[in-house]
Amino acid sequence: MSGYSITEPSRRTKWLAGVLVAAYAVITLIPLLWIIATGFKSNTDAIAYPPKVVFTPTLEGYVNLFTVQNRATPAQLAENPPETWYDRIVADRGMVISGPSRFGERFINSVIIGFGSTFLSVLLGTLAAYAFSRYRVPLKDDLLFFILSTRMMPPIAVAIPIFLMFRWAGLSDTHAGMILLYTAVNLSLAVWLLKGFIDEIPREYEEAALIDGYTRFQAFVKIVLPQAATGIASTAIFCLIFAWNEYAFAVLLTSGTAQTAPPFIPTIIGVGGRDWPAVAAGATLFLVPVMVFTILLRRHLLRGITFGAVRK
Amino acid sequence: MAEIVVRNLRKDFGSFTAVQSSSFRVADGEFFMLLGPSGCGKTTTLRMIAGLELPTSGEVWIDGEEVGRRPASQRDIAFVFQMFALYPHMNVRRNISYPLVSQGMPRAQVAERVTEVARILGIEGLLDRPVGGLSGGDRQRVALARAIVRNPKCFLMDEPLGALDAEFRERMAEELRALHDRMGATTVYVTHDQLEAMQMGDKIVVMNHGVIEQFGPPQDIYDKPATLFVAGFIGSPPMNFLPFRARLAAGATAVTLHHQTVPVPALRVPFDGEAVLGVRPEHVRLSADAPLRARVLASEYLGTTQIVTLQTRDGIVKARLPAAQRVRADESVGLTFDPATITLFDAATGRALRSALNEGVLAHG
Repeated sequence: MSGYSITEPSRRTKWLAGVLVAAYAVITLIPLLWIIATGFKSNTDAIAYPPKVVFTPTLEGYVNLFTVQNRATPAQLAENPPETWYDRIVADRGMVISGPSRFGERFINSVIIGFGSTFLSVLLGTLAAYAFSRYRVPLKDDLLFFILSTRMMPPIAVAIPIFLMFRWAGLSDTHAGMILLYTAVNLSLAVWLLKGFIDEIPREYEEAALIDGYTRFQAFVKIVLPQAATGIASTAIFCLIFAWNEYAFAVLLTSGTAQTAPPFIPTIIGVGGRDWPAVAAGATLFLVPVMVFTILLRRHLLRGITFGAVRK
Repeated sequence: MAEIVVRNLRKDFGSFTAVQSSSFRVADGEFFMLLGPSGCGKTTTLRMIAGLELPTSGEVWIDGEEVGRRPASQRDIAFVFQMFALYPHMNVRRNISYPLVSQGMPRAQVAERVTEVARILGIEGLLDRPVGGLSGGDRQRVALARAIVRNPKCFLMDEPLGALDAEFRERMAEELRALHDRMGATTVYVTHDQLEAMQMGDKIVVMNHGVIEQFGPPQDIYDKPATLFVAGFIGSPPMNFLPFRARLAAGATAVTLHHQTVPVPALRVPFDGEAVLGVRPEHVRLSADAPLRARVLASEYLGTTQIVTLQTRDGIVKARLPAAQRVRADESVGLTFDPATITLFDAATGRALRSALNEGVLAHG
């Protein structure tokens, strides 16, 4: 029998941990993989029973997602033979493309509003957190508690006042309005998260920069920000995920110009039969920006940048 | 390089007074120690000189200019932090060049200065290393390089050796002093370590509870303490204190402890009240027939000397004796004190009484 170690897990513990992690990964990833796969199925494959795991992939769902189509008679089709690959996919089902759908627009709205509000939340959050961390702010604890208290109820609880406010201020269905709203919701989280990170950065770094001839603002930009990169990255990810996925306010406050993707995707289901591949295609595309953003910032989530420069 | 003058400097944090009306002058090129226990206001004083803390009142003069209200970036000083505060996201070279970059110095000149300073401190080989992996001593050298690269008006150091291991500390203390002698830079150095202060300083200010207790060269501080606090804080073991009731005329040359006469340096002021006789351990001698009796409690062997703890009728006395001298526990011995070195204190105020020994020091202290 091998010796017992307090720091090294036993082989059996390691094996068990591995199985648990793998099982968890399977449980969380299978629905995701199923959505991605459905996006590439034909309409009949998507609703086949028993469900098809092996199928012929098609881009039908994606074409349906991005286009508006009309039924065409065989005569009309013969008159205008399909020119592009997506025209052909549609023509096979006896349809013609009459124009682009609203999905692209809505997707861009999501990008503008999601990233815009994330940028604002992180910018304001970093400045506020720095001030709370470094300066003697009057009523600091009360202010911090007040900021936190905005998160004590679900944001949707104040939907009606916000709806009325937005209507009065002319912010309904505008990009600016949605960016403001998501920033307001995310800001408390951003301030609290970032304050923790900035508190951990020793003041001596900034003081050294002040002595070295830099202004307070230069010291903040050149010394504090690089040190807080980890915190800023994780805060940005949290803010983006919230703003990106938000559904309730988006349904309530947007209808046309500023509608984001989440309230739009369910409308794809359509009137003439359920177009699951198109919905799945929309959901898949919708996942991509957040995944890319998280992967890009992942490097900063790894700690250890400050290790060793200050003795503790 | 420059002279630093501090006048009536005061700092309050809310209702807590960290520094009360400090005044001292650091001459050009002096290695100046701010010494005191933690919380005595020495670091706050240093930070006010640096501009990292705004004084509540008072003045700070550097090189003939009043800078008390100016931001640190405009004071042209260098600061060495206890925790080094090297910028963790930059390598050694960028850390050292950072103060020059802020002045907008041309790149070629920056590179030249950095190389030169690195050579002085013997860290040429480390320039392209990240600061994270350096040893404590090397980090300290990089911090010093960053301080001297700019040729500032003065150096301010906040316990720069405090974070080092004992073996490194000794070596860095020597290096620091050698560096100072070579550059002749005015240096203000904060420490709580009295040995460090005595070993390196040209002058020492001893602070306690935000008040300057004494100000002078190490020899004066050690031999002629101005207050009970200084006498007890400096020296290891500290000065022995024997309380007694005194009625002394000016010019008295002896005091009476338990009917035994103890000669002291000629007193310059009359005194009537509770007094304390202070004598350093190395000025205590054992002699078999001396009238002042004591019992040996213990002896600590220190190589060349030993510290013998003695019980007298007035309290514990420690004596530093040659290691070769035989002392047995529980033995009854007689004590004599070197009369020229004794300081008398007023027990109520804690201040030394003026005598032939210390009148020169107390006059300007």
